[in-house]
Amino acid sequence: MPHPLLNKKTKTDHSTHIIETSGLEKSFTDGNKETKILKGIDLQIKRGEFVAIMGRSGAGKSTLLYQISLLDTPSAGKILIEGVNVANLNTEDRTAFRLKELGYVFQDYALLPDLSARENVVLPLLMQNVPKENAYIIADDMLNRVGIGGRLDNLPGKLSGGEQQRVSIARAIAHEPTILFADEPTANLDSESSKMVIDIFKELNKNGQTIVMVTHEEEYAKVADRIIYLKDGLVVDSK
Amino acid sequence: MNANLIKVGFFLAYRQIKRANIWTTLLIVVVMTLTFLNLVVVNGVLVGLIESSLQAFRERGVGDLIITKLNQKNQIERSQEILTVLQNAPQVRLIATRYVGSGNINVDYRKKLRSDERPNKIGATIVGIDPDVELSMNNLSKYLKEGRYLTSYDTDGILVGANLIYKYTPIENASFQTLKNVGVGTKVKVSIGQNSKEVTIVGIIKTKTDQNDSRVFMLDSEAKKLIGRPDANFDEISVKTYPQYGDKGVDDVKQTLLNNSFDDNAKIQTWADAQPKFLKDISATFALLGNMIGSIGLAVASITIFIVIFVNAITRRKFIGILKGIGIAPKAIEISYVFQSIFYAMTGVAIGFLILYGFLVPFIDAHPINFPFSDGILYAPVPGTIVRAIILVITTIIAGYIPARMIVKKNTLDSILGR
Repeated sequence: MPHPLLNKKTKTDHSTHIIETSGLEKSFTDGNKETKILKGIDLQIKRGEFVAIMGRSGAGKSTLLYQISLLDTPSAGKILIEGVNVANLNTEDRTAFRLKELGYVFQDYALLPDLSARENVVLPLLMQNVPKENAYIIADDMLNRVGIGGRLDNLPGKLSGGEQQRVSIARAIAHEPTILFADEPTANLDSESSKMVIDIFKELNKNGQTIVMVTHEEEYAKVADRIIYLKDGLVVDSK
Repeated sequence: MNANLIKVGFFLAYRQIKRANIWTTLLIVVVMTLTFLNLVVVNGVLVGLIESSLQAFRERGVGDLIITKLNQKNQIERSQEILTVLQNAPQVRLIATRYVGSGNINVDYRKKLRSDERPNKIGATIVGIDPDVELSMNNLSKYLKEGRYLTSYDTDGILVGANLIYKYTPIENASFQTLKNVGVGTKVKVSIGQNSKEVTIVGIIKTKTDQNDSRVFMLDSEAKKLIGRPDANFDEISVKTYPQYGDKGVDDVKQTLLNNSFDDNAKIQTWADAQPKFLKDISATFALLGNMIGSIGLAVASITIFIVIFVNAITRRKFIGILKGIGIAPKAIEISYVFQSIFYAMTGVAIGFLILYGFLVPFIDAHPINFPFSDGILYAPVPGTIVRAIILVITTIIAGYIPARMIVKKNTLDSILGR
């Protein structure tokens, strides 16, 4: 039986928190030694909000992002997305949830090297049973929006870092996700490409897209509605 | 199975194969082709050794149907009636009648031997034939090692099977003797019972069938005199049917003879009935041996595909993690690897089929492998080959699926981060 959230796709209620965590913990065990990375995170993110997560290296920024984006399973605590606890979904439901509701932009772009720019964007749409012709139309539209319209059939290896990241964004937003997660999306890019990526995020957010972005660059974090600061696995500031 | 999973699996597999390194793909396909050939050819050659013996036994040994005298009788009784029935059977193409007697051949018949000296003499089956009919029947002239074939004028000539001559069968023991220092032109004395005749060896044949190579052939008119046959009965009747009637045609002719109760007068056997049991046993043993060797080949192929897919999947672990991360169902990823395995196996099998039936089988048919006891052919009937192809494809699918499943099952985030 699929999780109830999988059948739910509404962006109308702006007053509710789209993401809520309480007592979120994540530990790693190495032999007998347990290292606690997240030590009880409580946070709320509103629908349509652009949130940047900052902190020093090792503060737990990426770990927090992986937990709330369902790429990892927390050791303890709750993750509510649209009011439903998703922390303990089974693998199958997690995958289906990620496909339908979440979008990802990774630091190293994470494009599939055997697929062209267009095919990288088409694939998740096909997985969602979007008819092939429509999937290609949507993909072309998305790639045009991020400025890759002229290089649709290029393999990732033939694109620059900035171009690859824009393909990655096109893939992440093609299925209109409820939340877009970005993990250090500008870390591998030059300043011009970084600015282009941040501009795309701003544009998406202006149109109502909820974005959660991990970054260590203050300049880009300032673009967000709110910055959450982490230190030693705890939220120390949110402004 | 959700059709969409298959669609996405195919989408991924197609692009992965299309954009894979051409040399890697070629290497895998070559391995699959060789494995397929190993499965079919090793078995085919082993079984072909015996199968060619059986074919020779039928084509130039007993024919499609062989009628011989009953053990307790000296001849085939009612031979002429049997001939009439055979001549009227629509399936029958050729009939060869023969006189067969046990006799001996003596090379030293003119020499005075010391009391302790053994004569150059052997016991042999003497067969009287119509040379022209036998030529159509079993093409004996093709198997001449020396000399020439018998003609209908060779009243004083004989053909000798190579098994009776030391030069071709250098065996010497108390129970099996061969003629020494004889060849084409040698005069010998042929005796059956009290009757004997001086004749000249005109040719030596080696057909790789005992039915010919252990016999001495002479004109039927001369053999009839030697045997002392007063009537029109024969000792052996060999029948060939038209190929279009197949084995059923042979069985039908036999049944017609049985319906006329000729089994009271003669032993009536199809070529299959007359097959020596040891040939059947060897054939079964070789098939088993071939299957065992083939199974080892299959295991090697499975391991190869396992390793290839495993290495492929492990080096792509990050991308498998990304696929799962963006929501591609693990089943779809596994299916993509299954499709790749099917592609490798089917391509290998298709090329194997082309090599097998486009080159190997016709080539070995035209140039049989020269074994002492048979002309080895590649015995690869299509249904058996298809079964082996299916086994290979299924094995490959399993060998491809297991490593893909192992990698896909790994933690998504660990795969993405390469942990």
